[in-house]
Amino acid sequence: MNMPIPVAKPAGKKRAAGVKEQPATSIASLWRPALVQAFVKLDPRQLKRSPVMLVVELTAILTTLLCLLPDTAVPTGVAVQIALWLWFTVLFANFAEALAEGRGKARADSLKAGSQGLNAMRRKASGEFEVVAASSLRKGDVVRVVAGEMIPGDGEVIEGIAAVNEAAITGESAPVIRESGGDRSAVTGNTRLVSDWLLVKITANPGESTLDRMIALVEGAKRQKTPNEIALDILLIGLTLIFLLVVVTLQPFAHFANGSLPLVFLVALLVTLIPTTIGGLLSAIGIAGMDRLVRLNVIAKSGRAVEAAGDVHVLMLDKTGTITFGNRRCAAVHAAPGVSSKELAEGALLASLADDTAEGKSIVEYLRQLHNFNEPDAALMTPVAFSAETRLSGVDYQGRVYRKGAVDSVLAFVGQQRLDMPASLSREVDKIAQSGGTPLLVCTQGRLLGVIHLKDVVKPGIRERFVELRKLGIRTVMVTGDNPLTAAAIAAEAGVDDVLAEATPEKKLARIRQEQNDGRLVAMCGDGANDAPALAQADVGMAMNDGTQAAREAANMVDLDSDPTKLLDVVQIGKELLVTRGALTTFSIANDVAKYFAILPALFAAIYPQLGVLNIMQLASPQSAIVSAIVFNALIIVALIPLALRGVRVQAASAAHLLRRNLLIYGVGGIVVPFVGIKLIDLLLNAVHLV
Amino acid sequence: MHSYDYAVILAFFALVLLPAPWLGRFYYKVMEGQRTWLTPVLGPVERGCYRLAGVDAREEQSWQKYALALLAFNLAGFVLLFAVLLLQGYLPLNPAQLPGQEWTLAFNTAVSFVTNTNWQAYSGEASVSYLSQMVGLTVQNFVSAATGLAVLVALCRGIARRSAATLGNFWVDMTRATLYGLLPLCLLLALFLVWQGVPQTFAQYAHAVTLQGADQVIPLGPAASQIAIKQLGTNGGGFFGVNSAHPFENPTAWSNLFELASIILIPVALVFTFGHYVKDLRQSRAIVACMLALFLIGGATSLWAEYQPNPSLNNPMVEQTAPLEGKESRFGTTATVLWSVTTTAASNGSVNGMHDSLNPLSGMVALVNMMVGEVIFGGVGAGLYGMLLNVLIAVFLAGLMIGRTPEYLGKKLQAREVQLLVVTLLVMPVGVLVLGAIAASLPGPVAAVSNPGAHGFSQLLYAYTSASANNGSAFGGFGANTPFHNLMLGLGMLIGRFGYILPVLALAGSLAMKKTAPVGQNSFPTHGPLFVTLLTVTILLVGGLTFLPTLALGPIAEHLSMGF
Repeated sequence: MNMPIPVAKPAGKKRAAGVKEQPATSIASLWRPALVQAFVKLDPRQLKRSPVMLVVELTAILTTLLCLLPDTAVPTGVAVQIALWLWFTVLFANFAEALAEGRGKARADSLKAGSQGLNAMRRKASGEFEVVAASSLRKGDVVRVVAGEMIPGDGEVIEGIAAVNEAAITGESAPVIRESGGDRSAVTGNTRLVSDWLLVKITANPGESTLDRMIALVEGAKRQKTPNEIALDILLIGLTLIFLLVVVTLQPFAHFANGSLPLVFLVALLVTLIPTTIGGLLSAIGIAGMDRLVRLNVIAKSGRAVEAAGDVHVLMLDKTGTITFGNRRCAAVHAAPGVSSKELAEGALLASLADDTAEGKSIVEYLRQLHNFNEPDAALMTPVAFSAETRLSGVDYQGRVYRKGAVDSVLAFVGQQRLDMPASLSREVDKIAQSGGTPLLVCTQGRLLGVIHLKDVVKPGIRERFVELRKLGIRTVMVTGDNPLTAAAIAAEAGVDDVLAEATPEKKLARIRQEQNDGRLVAMCGDGANDAPALAQADVGMAMNDGTQAAREAANMVDLDSDPTKLLDVVQIGKELLVTRGALTTFSIANDVAKYFAILPALFAAIYPQLGVLNIMQLASPQSAIVSAIVFNALIIVALIPLALRGVRVQAASAAHLLRRNLLIYGVGGIVVPFVGIKLIDLLLNAVHLV
Repeated sequence: MHSYDYAVILAFFALVLLPAPWLGRFYYKVMEGQRTWLTPVLGPVERGCYRLAGVDAREEQSWQKYALALLAFNLAGFVLLFAVLLLQGYLPLNPAQLPGQEWTLAFNTAVSFVTNTNWQAYSGEASVSYLSQMVGLTVQNFVSAATGLAVLVALCRGIARRSAATLGNFWVDMTRATLYGLLPLCLLLALFLVWQGVPQTFAQYAHAVTLQGADQVIPLGPAASQIAIKQLGTNGGGFFGVNSAHPFENPTAWSNLFELASIILIPVALVFTFGHYVKDLRQSRAIVACMLALFLIGGATSLWAEYQPNPSLNNPMVEQTAPLEGKESRFGTTATVLWSVTTTAASNGSVNGMHDSLNPLSGMVALVNMMVGEVIFGGVGAGLYGMLLNVLIAVFLAGLMIGRTPEYLGKKLQAREVQLLVVTLLVMPVGVLVLGAIAASLPGPVAAVSNPGAHGFSQLLYAYTSASANNGSAFGGFGANTPFHNLMLGLGMLIGRFGYILPVLALAGSLAMKKTAPVGQNSFPTHGPLFVTLLTVTILLVGGLTFLPTLALGPIAEHLSMGF
């Protein structure tokens, strides 16, 4: 495993760590500013984004005005209460949104603070550098950054190599190396250089940087609505229109029956019928979902991608780093015939001592546990590093040549054919290859000593995650450059559904297209420049932050921690987002049944007293019935804020199971809860003589 | 209820449910141009029609072209019928020498038949000539039903096809629907009805002298042919004023049973046609189960209500059975109630008794059947496309709860689809509530109501519901033939017809263009008891939430006031 190299703690560390520990910004510290925001958001220009709540605000204004016109049918006290609760309904919804924003904003603000007043050294056409404000940098500008300075914007390294502390963005304090060319050339704005210097070509205009995107996702007023949210919005507007027609036409129908309905009561009926619960919480749900993503350290370029993640049918996962630890480890050694195990172990140890790769280290580690060696002094050995030509590594020690390497390379080195190999050793090599491992031959002085079994180690717990995904109907495809045999063995061990072996970027892209042609949605992650086309083609493409700029631009999400396993969490968040919206919509509409039973008998009491039969909740009086319904309607928003912010958990289960469970809780519950709630409020209102 | 009543109910369901799967498959084959046993006979006729009309049967249309063709065809049908009704006095086949209709009545009648509503503000024998009946009304009976079928198959194709730009050819669909779908069945039913005693003649009205010595004119006419399509095409416009309560229109118990079954035979069969289109008959069974559940809830409520003793006659001296006022004693309570439920569930609108005389709750069942948008079997084609809209609404509402963008049979429901769904959701509220409220608040139109209070309100509500739902049945007791109501109800019928057809075609077009996601374990399950329950509750909830307040002022208030 790649352990971070300990370094001196940079200045940014403290703040960054504070950011990482998100729970510190708890609801408790956020509710005060959210309360203020709830009033600020009463501005109709802001409320316009939530049409249902705009209607409630308009009715609140209307009812407030009606309070000034005395109506014999409605005591002013009751009218004032209704008006007040209508205002509360809007305020509660605003409060929910502000609360959701607050959590994301707290983090965004701390990031923003870092970029205030930042300067940059921009290269002029003449090649000289000038000092400009970081905020004035445009795409294509080239800036020079030296140790201790902040990188002024997202960009690509075009010259130099340096260690960069990205704690401000990722929360990870170990600096990472950034250099021109290759797969580690992308840098993020507001990260600090801790060594050397870099020439960076800026790749984002102001307002388009990673930081800006992060802020935009969690700010209600700027946030782009996601496709499902738009569709749901249309439905809510439609329902609002229908109920508007229902309520507006009631008056002429009442006149037909020689009666008249008090305007205040009609307004109350309208507001209780229109889907205020989901209308009021919709925005908060969306923001909270994005905030959960941000807290995972994943930046989505749009909410659309997050929703798409919930819809994904196929996950294309790179074997290395996602399913297995990034490197193979020594699992066993097998001696050639006529070679003692001690002899092999010594040979293998010597051939690996100078090998700095994780694989080499794992061999040394393994052998040291097996035997007690008198290890030779490092100074006496002449290390031979791996080279592309020989494809071997090892040492020369006391005139003896110790080498290890891939089967073909070693055979070539000792001048043998595969057929010349001792049969038992050959069988062992085949067995290792078939089991998905990598056989390394060890030789000394032209003689084969044996074979080392290197094995990919599947990450613990990953198999269980795949089982969960399968229950949700998501197929996992392991992508690997290994040969089909090796790939199949790892696949079986990890429990993936399918394998794309000997994968090239072209094959990967073709596979994604094929899945998409079959109507499936594909998610994948990648980091290399050659992953860019596939990342762009995939419905959900997650790039690693330490990857190339090309990959980061092609993807619709960037994982700041560069942990590909997070794709699974993103799918989960996408699903939770959709389920939460669906659950509250169902709940909201189901609530209307009880509200009708509360309000209709009260409304028509003067025209048809017989309709009192419908007052199955036995509410005390028409006034108390209507006020109770409107109070319930407002309070239920507050009661559901925690659920909206936390999101409904999605269990790993089939669609039918999820549907049955959620219909029971939010559908049947949505019908029952208001009957109880309205009755309780009615009892309370009458107990304190408010109506 | 007697054993005879149960036998009627059982026979009715057997006549409908047993042949429906077979007939549904037949319709699928016919509409997709596959060979059936009728092809040798009708194939040449079909090809002849295309040649005559210059239609290339293989040319497919986009939804816009399909809709345009449909609108043009319906407009032409309207103009023709409107002209015939205005000018019938000058046209042949008019033995009773009936004058042309007044223009608002002609407008209302023409719209009514073009939209498959068959609301009748006129009385057939008193104001429509034989020519108008045959060339005008019967032709529209056929083509309006065929139009509904065409729209349905367009929607079926939209759901079944993947990444497609076209929905079929309107002219071809119309030809096939009429030729194979309606004509053969109508021929059979008409022959059966003639056997049972329904007249089919061009002879003049018969004159008779009654026992009291009074002169009586007995209207006749080519009735059997029109009654067959009236029932099978879910039209409902009677040849005679009192519709299937008339002894010439519905002479015997057998004619009653077969006419009754004919009302929903094709609508039920088409649900199976849909299953063949999407290659999954489980979908059909789920939808039929939901329709049946709604039908049975309504039917049971109605029957129960009609067999209740009337509280106003609660007197030990009065012995009460089920009330027969407004019913044909030939048919009795059960057969009348069954008809009232069936005719309003399917947007037929023919009656064999007077709905005005039903107990308030059975009257409400008739109203609710229509208010939910005529989706409980519903009109030919129209019923199922209406039901599919409800399916989509249910899927969208609950679909999010499985953590995916809602999908129906692999088709994603997105903003565009929801927009179109919302338009169709607004049709009934606009037609019933808005138009009804306008009528209810003007003193002139209100005078059409013949009863005071809640019952009077039910009469008005029923008229606007019947028109907007394209049902066409009349509650009775509502003087509909006034210029105001003729025009307003005509408007209601147009909104109720094209307010669905155009969004449905647009929806079909939009769905056809989409890719189809594989349907599997993680797809929203749209079959099985859970979905049937969800769909049933969604329909009742959407309909109930929209219309409960108005129903409270009408039948519910009346029911409670009567002391039931």
